[in-house]
Amino acid sequence: MSHREFNVIVTIQNKSFINDPEGETIYHDLILKNQYKNIKSVRTAKVLKLVVNAKNPLEARSSVKKMCEDLRIFNPIVSDCQINLLCDNNN
Amino acid sequence: MLKIGIPIFPGSNCDRDIYHVLTKFYKIKTDFIWHKKDKIKNYNAIVIPGGFSFGDRLRAGLIAAHSPIIKEVKRLGNDGVPVLGICNGFQILVESQLLPGSLIKNNSLNFICKWTDLKVRNTNTPFTSKFKMNELFKIPIANGEGRFILNKAQLKEVKKKNQIVFSYHNDDPNGSIDSIAGITNEERNIVGMMPHPERTCQSELKLFGLTNSAMKIFDSLIAYIKK
Repeated sequence: MSHREFNVIVTIQNKSFINDPEGETIYHDLILKNQYKNIKSVRTAKVLKLVVNAKNPLEARSSVKKMCEDLRIFNPIVSDCQINLLCDNNN
Repeated sequence: MLKIGIPIFPGSNCDRDIYHVLTKFYKIKTDFIWHKKDKIKNYNAIVIPGGFSFGDRLRAGLIAAHSPIIKEVKRLGNDGVPVLGICNGFQILVESQLLPGSLIKNNSLNFICKWTDLKVRNTNTPFTSKFKMNELFKIPIANGEGRFILNKAQLKEVKKKNQIVFSYHNDDPNGSIDSIAGITNEERNIVGMMPHPERTCQSELKLFGLTNSAMKIFDSLIAYIKK
């Protein structure tokens, strides 16, 4: 089976027991002050967009997961890491 | 001959201050060690300086933690050689998993540069033997990612094993859990701290009227390696 390119999004976000002063400021001083009352909370995160060569989506995802854990792309004490394949025509 | 190594990374900027302290005040042979070096020997202690290694990209200390010299620091640390990480050096030790926890952005999101008060909570390390238990002293801090975090289980564990070395006293500059400013490993030969003891070495650097108690960190280290 030939390899293809997959777009993978890695989102690193602090766990809920860590407060997020940047998210709180965006929420209180920008969103609520401008009357977007339907929005209930904001958490900031760091996003990495990767282009990965793999046989299939499953392999793309698992190779990124392994890399994130091996290199400690996120510190598991404070952060969670979410790995998503970007759905576009290429995938 | 006693010898101390200072690993340096692209962006280290407190390396020369520590070199100045060790060579001028203690007359110890001191080497700078570039981060690419993958074999070092005959060092009696290692001091990892502050600064911004690799621009603190992704997370302060993470990229440096993967460098060849850190493999050597791990080897020496596991052999019981005293290792001190100051500021970015502390972040590198945490990201290398030589010390527990994580250092994240200060609660204020600001870079904080000021003097603060520390309390000594463990005198049983190579860096704190010259202090008295609960001794208070003044010291400068300068960091943006200095908020030390442990999860509940780890906090319980480090308290049980008496691994907290310094805490902020009547001050909460970055939101660290339990006001922790410095911590040690279980074996107590590796210590990381956010404040900068090397910045207290001369009277010109100090606030008026201060004694330079923070230098007891280096006094302790030198006494330890001379033993």
